[in-house]
Amino acid sequence: MTDYTRMTAAEIAAALASGDTTSVEVTQAHLDRIADVDGDIHAFLQVDAEGALAAAKAVDDARAAGEQLGALAGVPIAVKDILATKGLETTAGSKILEGWIPPYDATVVSKLRAAGMPILGKTNMDEFAMGSSTEHSAYGPTRNPWDPERIPGGSGGGSAAAVAAFEAPLAIGTDTGGSIRQPASVTGTVGTKPTYGGVSRYGIIALASSLDQAGPCTRSVLDAALLHEVIGGHDVMDSTSIDAPVPPVVEAARRGDVSGMKIGVIKGISGEGFQPGVKQLFDESVQLLVDRGASVVEVECPSFEKGLAAYYLIMPSEASSNLARYDAMRYGLRVGPEGVDSPSAEQVMAATREAGFGDEVKRRVILGTYALSAGYYDAYYGQAQKVRTLIARDFAAAYEKVDVLVTPTAPTTAFKLGEKLDDPMAMYLNDVATIPANLAGVPGMSIPNGLAAEDGLPSGFQILAPATKDERLYEVAAALEAALHDKWGAPILAQAPALAGKAAG
Amino acid sequence: MTDAVIDYDEALATYDPVMGFEVHVELNTDTKMFCGCATVFGAEPNSHVCPVCLGLPGALPVVNGKAVESAIRLGLALGCDIASWCRFARKNYFYPDMPKNFQTSQYDEPICFDGHLDVEIPAASGEGTETFRVEIERAHMEEDTGKSLHVGGATGRIQGAEYSLVDFNRAGIPLIEIVTKPIEGAGDRAPEIAKAYVATLRDLVKALGISDVKMEQGSVRCDANVSLRPIGTEKLGTRTETKNVNSLRSIERAVRYEISRQAAILDGGGSITQETRHWHEDTGVTTAGRPKSDADDYRYFPEPDLVPVAPAAELVEELRGTLPEPPAQRRKRLQSDWGYSDLEMRDVINAGAIDLIDESVAAGATPAGARKWWTGELARRANVEGKAIDEFNVTPAYVAELDGLVKGGRLNDSMARQVLEGVIDGEGSPTQVADARGLELVQDDGALEAAVDKVIAANEAIAAKVRDGKLNAAGALIGQVMKELKGQADAAKARELILAKLTG
Repeated sequence: MTDYTRMTAAEIAAALASGDTTSVEVTQAHLDRIADVDGDIHAFLQVDAEGALAAAKAVDDARAAGEQLGALAGVPIAVKDILATKGLETTAGSKILEGWIPPYDATVVSKLRAAGMPILGKTNMDEFAMGSSTEHSAYGPTRNPWDPERIPGGSGGGSAAAVAAFEAPLAIGTDTGGSIRQPASVTGTVGTKPTYGGVSRYGIIALASSLDQAGPCTRSVLDAALLHEVIGGHDVMDSTSIDAPVPPVVEAARRGDVSGMKIGVIKGISGEGFQPGVKQLFDESVQLLVDRGASVVEVECPSFEKGLAAYYLIMPSEASSNLARYDAMRYGLRVGPEGVDSPSAEQVMAATREAGFGDEVKRRVILGTYALSAGYYDAYYGQAQKVRTLIARDFAAAYEKVDVLVTPTAPTTAFKLGEKLDDPMAMYLNDVATIPANLAGVPGMSIPNGLAAEDGLPSGFQILAPATKDERLYEVAAALEAALHDKWGAPILAQAPALAGKAAG
Repeated sequence: MTDAVIDYDEALATYDPVMGFEVHVELNTDTKMFCGCATVFGAEPNSHVCPVCLGLPGALPVVNGKAVESAIRLGLALGCDIASWCRFARKNYFYPDMPKNFQTSQYDEPICFDGHLDVEIPAASGEGTETFRVEIERAHMEEDTGKSLHVGGATGRIQGAEYSLVDFNRAGIPLIEIVTKPIEGAGDRAPEIAKAYVATLRDLVKALGISDVKMEQGSVRCDANVSLRPIGTEKLGTRTETKNVNSLRSIERAVRYEISRQAAILDGGGSITQETRHWHEDTGVTTAGRPKSDADDYRYFPEPDLVPVAPAAELVEELRGTLPEPPAQRRKRLQSDWGYSDLEMRDVINAGAIDLIDESVAAGATPAGARKWWTGELARRANVEGKAIDEFNVTPAYVAELDGLVKGGRLNDSMARQVLEGVIDGEGSPTQVADARGLELVQDDGALEAAVDKVIAANEAIAAKVRDGKLNAAGALIGQVMKELKGQADAAKARELILAKLTG
């Protein structure tokens, strides 16, 4: 019997289009896989079997009726729990939103529904997307399918793990400082952060509004492009969304031609201080691109090293404001203070926030509140914004010389659960290579480029393109993906260990 | 507890008041500042809300272009510079009616800045008017909050209430906040200038058509800052901010009260606490609100959910072309057109009848007739009933019609008053009322002549006086004729006829 969970989205779409299978069958196969393995992985916070099967049935009926359908119609998908889903609990991984059922869909979700894509459920994440390991979820950590003792990256660990564990062919993630790319890197999947404004933020629970960007989590570059086309485009409900057509990403992903292209390797984020195996794989990948006709240029981006510091001022500042609305009054959790008979609204609010927000959230809200407060604004937020401008200039200068920039996505492979939990700075350092793209608003992608020699765990290769030139990511990624498949004879995920579960047992 | 106050004149003998105003104007756009919800006053609570104006997780604002245009037009009318590029900012503070727990406003980049408003007040000499210029620091855009309803208490205030409900219909309605620079040099005329400033601003906003300007419904809300400094000194004193003073009369009274109250404290050797104060309409006093520092920590930062507002120079010029004639200039023009005296014009202004008279004249009324009805009977009744003069069933067209009936000789003055009563009572147009009530001057000269003859015959003594040249005595005879014809006689004609018969 065909195992639809091992297929890419493009393969499933082809099978659906040819009538070899139905969306109900494919969706059910993924629901079964979730039932089998998610107890070990915990990629999902909510599984909506009923809703997914109803959507699958509807698209099958439409296909039977001969209706014109989109490229991914009938292909199931998992959605990060930070996107509002009408009628389906949405928590952003936080206790404070426990039980909140949005009365509306995020624009991305509306687009998925309109494209006939059954939504399997909501994936786990670091609370309000704050974290690089998904250990900060209020509902318990997600585990890495390559090694359940290791983290799946963050904040979108649930989405990456669901795709890596074959629970979903596709997932939606959001990337504020690397939350799509870094999980992709440590789970052997493809993660794309489109240009800021390339995908609507409407209905995505805000972490840091000027940095947040939704994007595809997939197992192939072509799948990412197909999904990118579904969710991208201008949205009148998001004034920061770009009023231009989606770049020709599918075309680029199908072509995958880097001949004559100039690849910029960023000095400073090209492997120094990175895990040796990660650095080695990066160098090999660059060589593969050269073998395919690209040339390599070393470029300097001196402001990038200040990116981490700037990010950890801007992100918490915006977050402190965005999270102010969780006041226990209108939705979500409400906790009465202990030993108080008729508490004031302020007491209820304080008790609820104490109970409803995790340590990392409290840490960042306090940090952001401080950074914005009178007398500190210029020293912190104002300076951070200047660094942001410098980083954008570094990118602009670099793109005068090269077509894309490349780095390892994350400094290391997946670390062990709990290993960095007590050391926020160590955790933050994971995002050092991904953050500059968010600060500058440029698109970035991580694709799996091998297993590190020392631990046999996946490593990621990051490609960064100029704003609105997202197609270049796909062009380069598809070329590298093809070269790597030639080398390994199969996608890297084929090497992932089988997961325990009913299917395996 | 009421604060001590000293006599106003005594206060002004020692202290120089400095004022500042923050006026919030609710715009009359069809939709809210950042979403498509309707802006309807008095609707069922929470019937005009959506994820955006409720601040639900994930919802994003989008700027209402009409509101931006209104702000630009107001800024231009105030002589402001219009920013070619500006941003919204988040003003972070907690307020129970504010769904996001920050207000989307403007901070260091307002859309309009550096303007002025010339305020006309009666001249100190008592004759004519003089102009006082109020400098405008800025006019910026922001969103309104929701409204709390406190249930279970006796007063409707939060104190003593059992619980509170929040209506978010108003949350997100566009506001423009107009902030003055410190108003110095007003001296003992400060309260008068305060009132005139708000009235002038209100008239300007009304002329622009960008707001309903209903102070009683909160569509214009005024915060008044007052501080005192010893006469002859430069340094500004500590100010208080009296919130939400929502009638012109109250603004005058509140400023006056604050001057007397602060002077009493300073005279007693005390110092003024920088705080907000609440105005009490019923008792005419202010009471302490919350302490307010110069730098309340609102943690402003540029609103990242909105792109900057960058009005094109062409748009600004196009909007400049839509500005109405400035109200002061228009008043001068109309006074001249209508031939009113200064006193008459002041009555018209005080009655709020300029537009009504203008429309009545446009509908065919004589300026004198229009003034007579709007500032006479209608203004009197409005005053008695506590209404605005345009709240009766009387339209400018009706006034023109009524004036026409008088001028055409169908009605005399007292009959016209009766007709007006009927119109106010909803009986229809002046002609319809006159028809229904059978009001019409006797046009039949024969009937008038017969009545005159009858009255002269019955009042020989009076008639003799008239014959002797005491023409004033004719009045008594006219009265009798009117009585004879049940008031439906043309008094002028009757007089003419009597004089002709007795002296001709």
